Amino acid sequence: MELLIAHGATILFYLFAAVVVAGAVGVVALRNPMYGALCLLATFLGVAALFLLRHAEFVGVVQIFVYGGGVMVLFLFVIMLVNLHRLREVRMLASTAPLAAVVAVLLVGMLLWAVVALPGGGAAAGAAGTAALREVAGEELGNSEAVAWVLFRDHLVAFEVASLFLLVAMIGAVVLGRKR
Amino acid sequence: MSWSWLDWLREAVGQPQFTLLFAPAAKFLVAIFAIFLLIAYLVFAERRLLGFLQVRLGPNRVGPWGLLQPIADILKLLVKEDTIPNRAVRWAYLLAPCLVVAPALVIFSVVPFGPSPTAPGAPRWYVTDLNAALVFVVALASLGIYGIILGGWASNNKFSLLGGLRSAAQMVSYEVPQGLALVGPLMLAGSLSLVGIVEGQARLGLWFAVPQIVAFFVYFVAGVAETNRNPFDLPEAESELVAGFHTEYSGVRFALFFLGEYANMIVISAIAVTVFLGGWLRPFPSVEALAFLDLVPGVAWFFLKVFAFLFLFIWFRGTFPRFRFDQLMDLGWKWLIPLSLANVLVTGLVVVLVDRGP
Repeated sequence: MELLIAHGATILFYLFAAVVVAGAVGVVALRNPMYGALCLLATFLGVAALFLLRHAEFVGVVQIFVYGGGVMVLFLFVIMLVNLHRLREVRMLASTAPLAAVVAVLLVGMLLWAVVALPGGGAAAGAAGTAALREVAGEELGNSEAVAWVLFRDHLVAFEVASLFLLVAMIGAVVLGRKR
Repeated sequence: MSWSWLDWLREAVGQPQFTLLFAPAAKFLVAIFAIFLLIAYLVFAERRLLGFLQVRLGPNRVGPWGLLQPIADILKLLVKEDTIPNRAVRWAYLLAPCLVVAPALVIFSVVPFGPSPTAPGAPRWYVTDLNAALVFVVALASLGIYGIILGGWASNNKFSLLGGLRSAAQMVSYEVPQGLALVGPLMLAGSLSLVGIVEGQARLGLWFAVPQIVAFFVYFVAGVAETNRNPFDLPEAESELVAGFHTEYSGVRFALFFLGEYANMIVISAIAVTVFLGGWLRPFPSVEALAFLDLVPGVAWFFLKVFAFLFLFIWFRGTFPRFRFDQLMDLGWKWLIPLSLANVLVTGLVVVLVDRGP
């Protein structure tokens, strides 16, 4: 019991991390697209739980809202609409294999770099970051206020550019949909 | 043996982790059981009221005035056979009803049933005051749809599948205006916490339903659509789809779907009361002449308003004919979404201008 209380956060972290990894493996490995989509949902919810464990309530809840409640529902909708029960065997082109290997190596290298090479290691930097966010302009702020402060003050241009990209993508989808 | 158990318990209660971890859990369980009881009698009230609206009696045989009818219903549903179709996807079929009920119940962990304590040691009428509670509520409400989609898909029945698809389309469409409608009150209160929003209404001395009448309307219409209730009950339109996504379900699993629908009704009502009708506040909180109304405790006001909303749900069911599917989509996308967007724009402008003013 003492063990459970003292290391509760760590135990929960490994639990949800296992869910995230298992879900990601399932998305790649399972043949039935419905199962793949549900595994992806498990991964999204696991990531949300990891955010909550790091006291990033706002980001965690938005993760559930956007990816869990929005994106995945649309995925499932399409899968049910076209009624795919099983994906046909798709031969992987021989030419894409080397490219995939290069991308995979780069990705792993980047993640390792983030964990090892960042000042103070990943965990410590994260903790310092949240502490700094908690107190902006000499005022104790809640989680959502801290997110808003960073988003609409420090990174306003990047935020607006991203929203413009999304708008372009949306208009593009409407135009493509109309042509048929 | 029993002595060591007691010792252990006494020691556990003394620890600070206990109040941190187990006290909220116990509180949450109490809230859930209260909600279960409320749901059982809500079903009974609906049947009696529908009987009244349709000029017939309704269930009045079991117990005095039929008051034991819900108990009899629950017993019947619990002992009935739980059938599973032959070619259903077993695990998904079994899991789906739970996925409908669980998110709806979790939402009650952030709903403030009454005021925060003014005196030390007084009870707090909510489990937790989450900083991002409003987003939490919307996020969890949007998860309930997986149970419906999964149940419809796993049943291996065309009516179930079509019902599930309809429901997915409907809920995705109406989530958008519902979320946008909540933005207006949140800007007025300057807080995402549900307790903060009610306190914002106390500061303003006015329920947000008055300045946010448009958002209130949009929220409630979208809320009725989200719960798949009349006149938006297309996912279970019996004349077209037999019973929609729960066609194949029976016994206790059907009861869980039923429970989920009614729990969602209470969630929509509770959030509408908290955000638009001042939660635990009395009517006209700024008028001194009505101060005697404060004799009624805040919890009673809260539940009185929730019951009013639940009555509205039942009244709708007894009154309106069902929408057609294209009408439903038109209403959501062409009317409610532009309306709620305009409301956000106007509210934002007013908030900025008032803040800059004298």
